[in-house]
Order: sequence, then C-alpha cells, then structure tokens
Amino acid sequence: MGVWRIANHGLLLSAPCLLCLDHQHGPTQTANAICQVPKTVDGSLSNSNTCSITMNINHEGVLKLTKMEKKFLRKQSKARHVLLKHEGIQAVSYPTQSLVIANGGLGNAVSRKQLLLTLEKCGPVEALLMPPNKPYAFVIFQTIEESKKAYSILNGKEIIDDLGQKIFLYLNFVEKAQWKKLGLQALPPGLLVVEEIISSEEEKMLLESVNWTEDTGNQHFQRSLKHRRVKHFGYEFHYENNTVDKDKPLPGGLPEICSSILEKLLKEGYIKHKPDQLTINQYEPGHGIPAHIDSHSAFEHEIVSLSLGSAIVMDFKHPEGVTVQVMLPRRSLLVMTGESRYLWTHGITPRKFDTIQASEQFKGGIINSDIGDLTLSKRGMRTSFTFRKVRRIPCNCSYSSVCDRQRKATPPSLLESSKEALELEQKHVHHVYDEIASHFSSTRHSPWPRIVEFLKALPSGSIVADIGCGNGKYLGINKELYMIGCDRSRNLVDICRERQFQALVCDALAVPVRSGSCDACISIAVIHHFATAERRVEALQEIARLLRSGGQALIYVWAMEQEYRDQKSKYLKGNRISQGDKGELNSATSMEQLLVNQMPEGVSEDPGLSVHSSNNTKDEECKSRKVLNSELPIHTNRTCFHSQDVLVPWHLKGKPGKDKAVEQSGLARCPDPRPVFHRYYHVFCNGELEASCQAVGDVSILQSFYDQGNWCVVLQKV
Amino acid sequence: MKLLTHNLLSSHVRGVGTRGFPLRLQATEVRINPVEFNPDFVARMIPKVEWAALVQAADTLNLAEVPKEPTEGYEHDETFLRKMHHVLLEVDVLEGTLQCPESGRLFPISRGIPNMLLNDEETET
Repeated sequence: MGVWRIANHGLLLSAPCLLCLDHQHGPTQTANAICQVPKTVDGSLSNSNTCSITMNINHEGVLKLTKMEKKFLRKQSKARHVLLKHEGIQAVSYPTQSLVIANGGLGNAVSRKQLLLTLEKCGPVEALLMPPNKPYAFVIFQTIEESKKAYSILNGKEIIDDLGQKIFLYLNFVEKAQWKKLGLQALPPGLLVVEEIISSEEEKMLLESVNWTEDTGNQHFQRSLKHRRVKHFGYEFHYENNTVDKDKPLPGGLPEICSSILEKLLKEGYIKHKPDQLTINQYEPGHGIPAHIDSHSAFEHEIVSLSLGSAIVMDFKHPEGVTVQVMLPRRSLLVMTGESRYLWTHGITPRKFDTIQASEQFKGGIINSDIGDLTLSKRGMRTSFTFRKVRRIPCNCSYSSVCDRQRKATPPSLLESSKEALELEQKHVHHVYDEIASHFSSTRHSPWPRIVEFLKALPSGSIVADIGCGNGKYLGINKELYMIGCDRSRNLVDICRERQFQALVCDALAVPVRSGSCDACISIAVIHHFATAERRVEALQEIARLLRSGGQALIYVWAMEQEYRDQKSKYLKGNRISQGDKGELNSATSMEQLLVNQMPEGVSEDPGLSVHSSNNTKDEECKSRKVLNSELPIHTNRTCFHSQDVLVPWHLKGKPGKDKAVEQSGLARCPDPRPVFHRYYHVFCNGELEASCQAVGDVSILQSFYDQGNWCVVLQKV
Repeated sequence: MKLLTHNLLSSHVRGVGTRGFPLRLQATEVRINPVEFNPDFVARMIPKVEWAALVQAADTLNLAEVPKEPTEGYEHDETFLRKMHHVLLEVDVLEGTLQCPESGRLFPISRGIPNMLLNDEETET
C-alpha cells in the first residue's frame, strides 16, 4: 500500500510545517502517527522494501498485512482525505502518468533542480509543477511505466533539502496534476522595477560608502531593528510614530555619492522631485521587514529604492487580500507611485530562500504562478537605499482608509453646504434609484433575518413606518402589523403599491406622518445615502419624531468595515473574481442577500475610473457630474471600502428598449446595453452610527450590532 | 391609500407644525378592496385613530356614517368592528388630492399613491 508520510496537521495549518516533521520527529512519536513509514526489520527504509509494499496498490492483500501495515492503510486514507479536503488533491489507487510528491515542495525548501535530478533517474520528466509555498509538487512522466517506477523507488526516499536537512518523499498517483492559478498577475498600479539601473562599480561604491561600524552615536542615526539594520540621512525616521521631524533636518543632508544617481533618475524621468531623505536598510538572509505603507503624511508620492548586493522578493499586498510577489534583482530600482505607494502594503518575508521563476530570461518583476517554472533563490546580504521626499503639504490622496493624515482628522463633512449635498443626493441617489428601480427590485426579495425577527417580535396591531422602503420587501413580513412604506423613488413606491402595500412618496427628512403616531419604525440601508453628518442626524431625528414614547426603531447602515471579527461580509464573499474563478461568475443569484449587493464587475477596477469614461451618459450629464466625480472615489463592487464617501456602481441589466425607467431617463438611445449608474454612499465606521444617534437626543440606544457588513441599532423613544 | 393611512398623514410643509393635520382629502376615484376581517386587529387600531379626522374623511367620501366616537365596549361589538374594518382598511382612494389645511399646498394621489414630495423652498428651515 502507498506509504504516505504526511502529517495531517501540516496540511491543515501551514504548508512548510508538513515537512519539518520528517526531519525533526522520530517515527515513533505520536505526533507523527499519521506519517509512520513501514519499517523493515532493521528499521531502515531500503528501496527494495518500500517497493514491495508500495507496489501492492490493490487492496487485495489487506488480510495478510501485518499490524503495522494495517495502521498504515488507515493513516494513508486519512492523509488522502486531508489532501483532498484541504488541497483538493485526489489521489487514485491505480497507476497514472502523474504523481503528487508529498514533502517535495518549494514550501519544504526543496529546489526544482534538486527534485528534477532525483526524478529523472526514473525516466524523462514531462513536467514538474511546484506550487509556491506548498509542501508538495506534481510530476508528470512520459509513460505510466516510468511513473510506476518512480512510485516504487522514490517512495520513502530520503533527499537533502536546500537547508541541508533530510526529507523523505512520498508519492501517490493522481489523475491530473491540478493547480488552481492565482487570480491577479499584474504589477500593482504605479509600480515599476528598472533593471540594471546602476553598474557593478556604482553598486560597489555605494556599498562601500556605508560604514556600519563607525559612530553608533547620533550622527548617522543608525539602529539595529529586529530584523535589519538601518541608517538615516536627510531626516531621521522615527519608528515610534512612523514619521520624520520635518523641522529638524540632519546635518550633512544626503551622502554626496548619491547625487549623480539621483540626477540620473530625475533626468530619465523615474522621479519628478529630488528626494531629501534616505534610509539605508541592510538585510541578512533570514531578515525581513513587516508589511507596511510608508506613512502618507510623512512622505511625498514618489518612493524609489535601490537593491544592492543581492536580489530579494518583495510582497505587495492589496487591502482586499491580493498579494503580488515582485522580484527585485540586484542593482535594480524599485519605483512606487500612485496606488502601489498609497494603498498597497509592501514587505519582505524573513526567510533564507525566495521562490522565483526558474527560466533564464527572468530577471525582475512579478513572480507569476506558472508552477512549471518556479524554483528557489538563496538570499544574500541585501542593502537597500530608499529615497523619499518629505511631504510639506497635507496628503490628499483618495485612499482615505489607509491615509494617516486623513484618518486622524475627524472625517470632514465632504460637502460644506447642504445645497451641494442635496445636489449630490439628487444625482447619485434619487435619480439613480428611479432609473434602476425595476432591476434593483428584482434583486431584492430575500428579507434579512434580523429585520424579520424585529418585525415579528412587535405586538400585534402595531403601526410601523418603513422609511426608505424600496420595493417594500419588509411591508408584508408580519400581517399583524399596519405598515406604511415611504420612499423617495416613485418607481420603487409603484412596485410596493402593485404588491398591495400602503406606500407613499416622500423624503426621509420630511416624512408626512404625524408625530408620535408610530409604534415602531425601520429604516434599512437608507441613512448612508445622506451626504453630510448633519443630514444623517436629521434623518434619525425625523424617525425619532414619528415614534410614540417607548416606540422602537431599527436602523441599518452600510459599514466601512466589510470584514469584522475575522468574518467577511456576504457582500465581500460574493466577489468571486478575487478568488480567480472568473468563469464561474453567475448572474443575480448571489445578489439577493444584501441590499447593496452588486454584480462583481471588472469594468471599474480602477478607482480613478470616472463615470463618463464608460460612455453611456449623455454629454450634458457628463459635464454636470464631473465636478462631483473628481471628489468621490468610485468603489469596486464586492471589495473593501477605502473611503467613507464613495460612488458605488450599479450595472443596469435588462433590455433598455423595454425598460420604462431607462426610456424616461433618455438612456435608451445609448448603445451600451449595460449602463452604469453610480450611487452615493457614506459608509459608517464602527461607532459612528451610535454617535449620530446620540446627537438625536430623545432616543436611547437599546442595542447596537454588526450584521453582514452593516452597522445596526435599535433605538427607543424616551 | 386606505383611510387608516390618511389618518396617520400630516402636512410637513415648513412651519405648519401640528396645524398640518388632518390633510383635506378629495377623491376622484375610490375602490373597495375586500380585506379579510380580523376583529382583534381592528379593535387594536381604534384607539390609535384620530377620530374626528376619520369622521371628516369618511364624510367627504360619502361613506356610511361613522359614529361620532367609538362605541362603549367596541372590542366586542362585531357590527361596529366590521363597519370600521370596512372604512379603515377596505376603502382605497386611487385618484385625488390631499391638501395641507394650513398652507393650502396640494399633494396628488395617483394610482393609490400620495406623492408628498416637497420642493426645496418648502422644506428649508
């Protein structure tokens, strides 16, 4: 029977762990139980011995097996189960051309070259696939005979990994060497790697100019950090608060030796402004730097870094979780601007080997997921020269969620005057909902459970107002209530009426219902459409006015935090693009759960993309929208928010010629079958809804909670 | 629009306050929509109704006379509850207007939906 020697916990938790068991634990340890290898009488693992067991791939011999061998079968089936469950790898019990090699992965510090050498002893290898950071690899032989040979002689074979430790390989047949490709494989926007920016001579000069032994005193502001050594010039960088003292330049400025290089960078257009701050980092193999964004408030938008002495792989991570590994070759220049500088974190994982492209022509840039072409690169001593320019005017980037300047200040009222706010709401809330009403309504039929619960718990005969009722999906939940819906959108109210509900058209800031007449109110996903803090409080005040003393209101608003307590909201989970399954995108089925659900859509992945670039609006509209669009970032559907005030695209579906709403808006003439509308949202931060409610006055907060990407409160009129 | 809804509505034109109630109802099209009779539900609605406003609205629609006030022990008076059930829940104004008694502002009712949107001047404070 096959001799799997995979530790179950290795696969369950982290990949490299799987292998370490092999060379660190004895075969008799209980922790290692799943990976016990059948031993010969003398305890060795001779090839001939493993062969006799492994070739018995049909289960016919089970009855004659020893106790030890039976144990093995159990372990193996467990290991298979683990591989299947956690990695989706299905081992088969009959010979095929392909094998999965447990413990023979890049994640176990087994290099491509080394493994290939071992495998080729059994015959020509058609392909060797080594997924990054995984404790296994796939090999495809040209014939089944060769793979059977490898199966028998390599199972349990010991090899020495790149760290000099022993590793035992375990092979099993698979139908297909499968590996799901990673999604995004492009450099982060604004990132550039320029190879051979300096000569070997210049590199040598620069490295020799750094004196790590002299003055540990104040003069060059040298420090040993946990995983690296640093020196600062121009301005000292303070790690306590991640900033520089802008009024205290260091004496001496930047080293003279850098001048000619900076001149060159300016001349060739890699930077536009001359940097005035230099940080030199030295990393030994195994060193690293935690993922970070250079603080927006401290430095300008251009950051460049020279890699000297040794290449390294730097990890860039988008806040939504996409990670791109970028190879920085020796003597190359890394240029970070725009999104890559402001939004993506960068860091260096502390390790001694990097997984890189094996092909000769590969030098720098992105490490792709072509697992037929990955190998290990041993790190050497790397010294980086990072040049930055100290910022003199406040950062006004459009990535406010990660901007330390914009986060510190209390979120400013985006729009100073309520007139402007009203104009924005009219264009980007009222008109949009009227135009998308029927499509919007078709995606809103599943009531949210906690709202249903609230409505069902109300006493029979309660009078309830639904402020911003949309298509009225809550108006008929509890037949024992008298519910009245109101909405700003005539087209949505029409839908309520068609469903025999009581509904009227009004604004949430002026609800034509007498004060104190309602036993309860709900307002679901409405208040986030008001464009100033004052207007949001006014909307809450209006709800409070309707309530009788002791009456309760349930309020839901969309949350800035789409991940809370390690849970992703359904809104984020609906995004399959980020998981790399573009082919499986399906239509509206996943859109029912959240009011703000939207089709994932690649069209506006660039947050800077403006409405008018999608050429579906008339020129006049473009003109009037331009001002607002330049101020508001456009959100990418089903991703995290990076700004509290955003435009959220709605991709209208349906036949434009037949859709009444579309015709009315004049868009029927537009050739684009899927017009995009942008709805304005102010997404609430943790605590912000409660603070707004406290400003209302005559209500108390009975409950506040987070529900699937929304902040929610239950208020009671005092 | 049912008369129970009308009974809850009030003009929200700036500055009118409580004098915005009740809205004057004019109907050009009324339909009777049968609704299942639930005596307990109707009985619970009675104390929530502004009675004078209901009497006035029923009057303008020439409906069967609504008593000047709820009868004593109405919870168990099925005849009364059936009558109120009809008036409050089955009468449906499809077309007409609502008028603010203080400012005179008219709000249209069309296809059963009152449109109570105000323009900017009417809401500014």
